[in-house]
Amino acid sequence: MKSHLSALAIAATLSVSAIALSGTAQAGATFDGVKQKGYVQCGVNLGLYGFSSPDDKGKWSGLDVDMCRAVAAAMFGDAEKVKYTPLSAQQRLPALQSGEIDLLARNTTRTLTRDTANGLNFAPTNYFDGQGFMVSAKLGLKSAKQLNGATVCVLPGTTTEQNVSDYFRANKMTFKPVVIEKNEELNKAFFAGRCDALTSDASQLAAIRAAEVQNPNDYVILPELISKEPLSPAVRQGDEEWMNLVTWAFYAMVQAEEKGLTSETVDAAMTSPDPDVKRLLGVTAGNGKALGVEENWAYAIIKQVGNYAQSYERNVGSGSKLKMPRGQNALYTEGGLMYAPPMK
Amino acid sequence: MSKHSSADQAPIPTAPVPPAHWAASYEEEPTQASAPPQPNGMTALKPFGWAKDNLFNTPLNTALTVACLFLLWLVVPPMANWLLLNASWSGSSEACREAAGACWSVIVVKHRLIFFGTYPYDEQWRPFLACALFVAMLGASGVRAFWRPWLAVAWTLTLVGMGVLMWGGVAGLTYVPNDRWGGLPITLMLSVFSIALAFPLSILLALGRQSSLPAIRTFCVGFIEAMRGVPLVSVLFMASVMFPLFLPEGVTVDKLLRALAGMTLFTAAYLAEAVRGGLQAIPKGQYEAADALGLSYWQKTMLIVLPQALRIVIPPIVNQFISAFKDTSLVTIVGLYDLLTAATVATTDPEWRPYFAEVYVFAGLMFWIFCFSMSRYSQWLERLANRYTRR
Repeated sequence: MKSHLSALAIAATLSVSAIALSGTAQAGATFDGVKQKGYVQCGVNLGLYGFSSPDDKGKWSGLDVDMCRAVAAAMFGDAEKVKYTPLSAQQRLPALQSGEIDLLARNTTRTLTRDTANGLNFAPTNYFDGQGFMVSAKLGLKSAKQLNGATVCVLPGTTTEQNVSDYFRANKMTFKPVVIEKNEELNKAFFAGRCDALTSDASQLAAIRAAEVQNPNDYVILPELISKEPLSPAVRQGDEEWMNLVTWAFYAMVQAEEKGLTSETVDAAMTSPDPDVKRLLGVTAGNGKALGVEENWAYAIIKQVGNYAQSYERNVGSGSKLKMPRGQNALYTEGGLMYAPPMK
Repeated sequence: MSKHSSADQAPIPTAPVPPAHWAASYEEEPTQASAPPQPNGMTALKPFGWAKDNLFNTPLNTALTVACLFLLWLVVPPMANWLLLNASWSGSSEACREAAGACWSVIVVKHRLIFFGTYPYDEQWRPFLACALFVAMLGASGVRAFWRPWLAVAWTLTLVGMGVLMWGGVAGLTYVPNDRWGGLPITLMLSVFSIALAFPLSILLALGRQSSLPAIRTFCVGFIEAMRGVPLVSVLFMASVMFPLFLPEGVTVDKLLRALAGMTLFTAAYLAEAVRGGLQAIPKGQYEAADALGLSYWQKTMLIVLPQALRIVIPPIVNQFISAFKDTSLVTIVGLYDLLTAATVATTDPEWRPYFAEVYVFAGLMFWIFCFSMSRYSQWLERLANRYTRR
């Protein structure tokens, strides 16, 4: 009997170590699955202008869509090898958990619960959103700290309203709220001059401004954001190789901006003497092997998708209808939060 | 009635070659069956007399007529101004800001997105052709002269043709996976296929519910009550979100197929109850007479019971069809691009966002066209089916 048990124990140990071995010998299920089927199945928003929405010709574009394309470029050297799964807000997490999609890039706020209990892993934030203030340019304001005594248009009963009063209290300022139930009427009241400032998520403010105002420069979104909405791409837990690839695909775009590489200049940069650029572009080999992809993975991203600044300006920034300032999404060297760890 | 005697003597319509004047004569019949017929030209000839008799005959009616005219005067001119006279029909969003009325340019700019969603732009003639073919076949199937065996062949060819057009991959057409389909084709296919599949299923369920075999009866009752007990949104959600969680990782059933299955089962449960109403309306004597003739269960059902039962329940069945057609807009919850979702997405573009009302009016018009056609067709079908009965 005893020998039986020990035999069982040995068998169990062996099989466990076999699993462990196979785990190190090959990449995770998602990574291999994606490689095998030849495309990235990417969960996106049904339609959120600037982040992911089909254009007049039905072609997907947006900041989140560029994230999908960057991962495809890193994996296959071809940013077009993406299939998009439009997802409703309720659907997005189960779709990732069930394996229907490989990557969720759908303006999803990173939170502790989602990261743990929901079984997700979040890649670096590709857009820092948060509640902001929009004011008329005529007021000449530069900061939300100058809003003392202002009338503020706000939707009732939302966290938006609470955030405003917390912010003013914390900064020892006062404000008069103008609370209006409906979005359209709230916007109308603001543009009619009933309040000095309109508050909502910054990306939302930019969309309202683009829709309602003839000349977007007549209104300014103040740089302070008073709540945190870090929108981040997510993957399933349990496949570190895939997580690594998504993470570093994004960092490569940021790193490219730091180094001044754009989709136009990246070819010329192949001969750059800068060791960081050489490593990034795969001239000095190593990064690709570590990630399990071709050495020119970052080159493919920069060439086909562009660096982070290009993607930002094209989709939500000055090159788009939204005209959002970089704000928190600028590089750390310019007062923002975008920062790529060393890529070596 | 002498005019119709040839039709009255004709056998029940399993039948060959209907004379061309049939359809027209059925339409006249209900008027003759109901009270004294009104000579057709009367309203045109004597409008004042008619108005006096019907609109101003009592003080109350006069007051109501005046009130209604006033309301119309309040509503119609501004509406016409907005819809047509002051509307902007083409050009940029700037031109729309100037115009006081509706901005139909948004439809001009976005109609391809609304109709075909994310289908590759250069290939959008394919879903267009597929939809045209589909609608034409649906229309043709409604015409009695075409109710022949070759219609089934034509349908098979049409479905194959649609598949080839939509998917491609053969005959030089590029392959378009169905996750890129959207807009009108999705709405049409989901509704028509779910109705077409649900209808036979519902008859089986209704028969099963009346079965004397306890196992079959329990199953049918259980299924119908379970489906009717939950909203369609949760059925779709289960089919689309929960179902894949039970499958092993990597195994996925196509999203469109899952939504179609969910809608079919849901519609079948509701239709089954409508059909059951028809089955229960058939007098007991009919069943007994069939039994007395020694017909088997299926002979009795197919020859005696169903033809009569289905005729009775045409209105509730069509009601369910129309409801199913409109319900397709709920598939947005599972991320499918039906007509309404595509329209909504078209309004997210900041440049055109102020003109969402126009887009929704347009989408509403599309739905109305299909639903209204179905309803008119059902009225014609009802008259056709009931031409030998006077109830």
